[in-house]
Amino acid sequence: MSVKQISVFLENRPGTLKSLTAVLAENNINIRALSLADTNDFGIVRMLVDDVFDATNVLKDAGFIASLTPVLVFAVSDKTGGLDNLLAKFEAAQINIEYMYAFAGKKDAYMIFRVSDTKNAEAALRKAGCKALTAEEMTAV
Amino acid sequence: MEHYFQAEIECAPAEKIRTLQEEKLKKQVRHAWEHVPYYRQKMEEQGVKPEDIQTLADIRKLPFISKHDLRETYPYGLLAVPLKDCVRIHSTSGTTGKRVVAYYTQADIDMWNDCTARALAAAGGTDEDVCHIAYGYGLFTGGAGIDGGSHKLGCLTVPASSGNTERQIMFIMDLKATILCCTPSYAAYLAESMREMGYGPEDIPLKIGIFGAEAWSEEMRRDIEQTLGIKAYDIYGLTELSGPGVAFACSAQDGMHINEDHFLAEIIDPDTGEVLPDGSQGELVLTALDKQAFPILRYRTRDICVLNREKCSCGRTHVRMSKPLGRSDDMLIIRGVNVFPSQIETVLLNHGYAANYQIIVDRVNNTDTLTVKVEMTPQMFTDNVGEIDDRRKELAEGIKNILGIRAKVKLVAPKSIERSNGKAIRIIDKRKI
Repeated sequence: MSVKQISVFLENRPGTLKSLTAVLAENNINIRALSLADTNDFGIVRMLVDDVFDATNVLKDAGFIASLTPVLVFAVSDKTGGLDNLLAKFEAAQINIEYMYAFAGKKDAYMIFRVSDTKNAEAALRKAGCKALTAEEMTAV
Repeated sequence: MEHYFQAEIECAPAEKIRTLQEEKLKKQVRHAWEHVPYYRQKMEEQGVKPEDIQTLADIRKLPFISKHDLRETYPYGLLAVPLKDCVRIHSTSGTTGKRVVAYYTQADIDMWNDCTARALAAAGGTDEDVCHIAYGYGLFTGGAGIDGGSHKLGCLTVPASSGNTERQIMFIMDLKATILCCTPSYAAYLAESMREMGYGPEDIPLKIGIFGAEAWSEEMRRDIEQTLGIKAYDIYGLTELSGPGVAFACSAQDGMHINEDHFLAEIIDPDTGEVLPDGSQGELVLTALDKQAFPILRYRTRDICVLNREKCSCGRTHVRMSKPLGRSDDMLIIRGVNVFPSQIETVLLNHGYAANYQIIVDRVNNTDTLTVKVEMTPQMFTDNVGEIDDRRKELAEGIKNILGIRAKVKLVAPKSIERSNGKAIRIIDKRKI
């Protein structure tokens, strides 16, 4: 199962990220993972939150431009070669990674992948023995 | 010693010029009435007939015409002679498909060339000079206009046109050019390039610069003069009225003499249209007194300036206009090119953006820069940075195609563009002119 990531457009100047986090904090939305892609002029904040539906609505109400993107989340054991093992499966299935980022859970580390063809990638990886986390599973870790 | 191209008329007593203007005005109004239905209709709407125009003051009875009229009548609506009598057209850098096209008979060209020859002579040019013209040649009036005057004066004319700075510098140095004609921003760029190449003012053969088609500051003039070792002169004109040479600076370098035997100048209040007394600041309105193919009566130039009738030390008697202090409407002149916010708006809409934008004009190292801030929209947003950037580049390309000049496109957050009373502030001109 893929998980829905929220992508938000931000102008590249001081305080814009803060204005985003302020809206989430005010609405009791917890950020689980976050990454920032930037150019000279603008950036895209990508994040996993505990309540996607709520987060999308409050951000839009606050005047942000946000969109939802499916991403795959995998647990990786927090030890040498953990990520390498996982990426070996990506390579074997010829899956191209557009971008990735990570967050640490209570026990394991979690890798978030954006791939070109989410559905096929997920199926191929499941065949190889790697099951992507669901949104519910994400909440628990 | 002051040089004149046509001393007799350039230094004629003011009374004689007024009489000449009066005669020409009566003739020209009748010419427009008889041959241009658009003028006749406008005059009829105003309840004025050619016989109502007897003195110069009667010009106030005539309706104004504006850029809007010229666009409305594109392409043949203001033509007053058979097309076979026309020998040339020029065009403004207007909105695509809505350009202003101006027609010239041979007599119109001759008159125009006289005007630019006067400008060259007033700056000190003679038939001994090598005149390097780096204005664009083509539909733009800059190149062809100065070129004609340079020929009339008998200069060795170098029709370099714009672009290829290295070649320009090579010709200036090798052919020992003494006069340089181009936009002030290009002059500044050439000066900087020559300095970088190690040429000092004493190495550069240039003596005179004639710069126009865009606004420039006194500070910029001094910079260019020092770097190139020249004296720099203003020239003013509009395609609608002929082109460069409607007015020009003389040795006094204190305002530009309007060629009053060919053009009648008024200053009006841009809001009420009321004619203001000499010395007032207001919008310049020009009437072409001799143009055959494309008569222009009371054209609102949108340039804000002041007319000065005081005696000039150069000996010329024609009225002087100050350097335009600004534009009475939204039009921007950037690197000599007319830019309308509406053009940029069109490109934005064509590319899928909303019309939420802001134009920022600045001057960096004496060259105009254009930045367009565009608000991001949900439709144009994707999770992919590369894709957003590709679209941004496409938009910049689209703007360049329509304006002819490069713009930097900066994507900003929705509703981030400053608004004043709910209305977005469309233009920020930071140029200190």
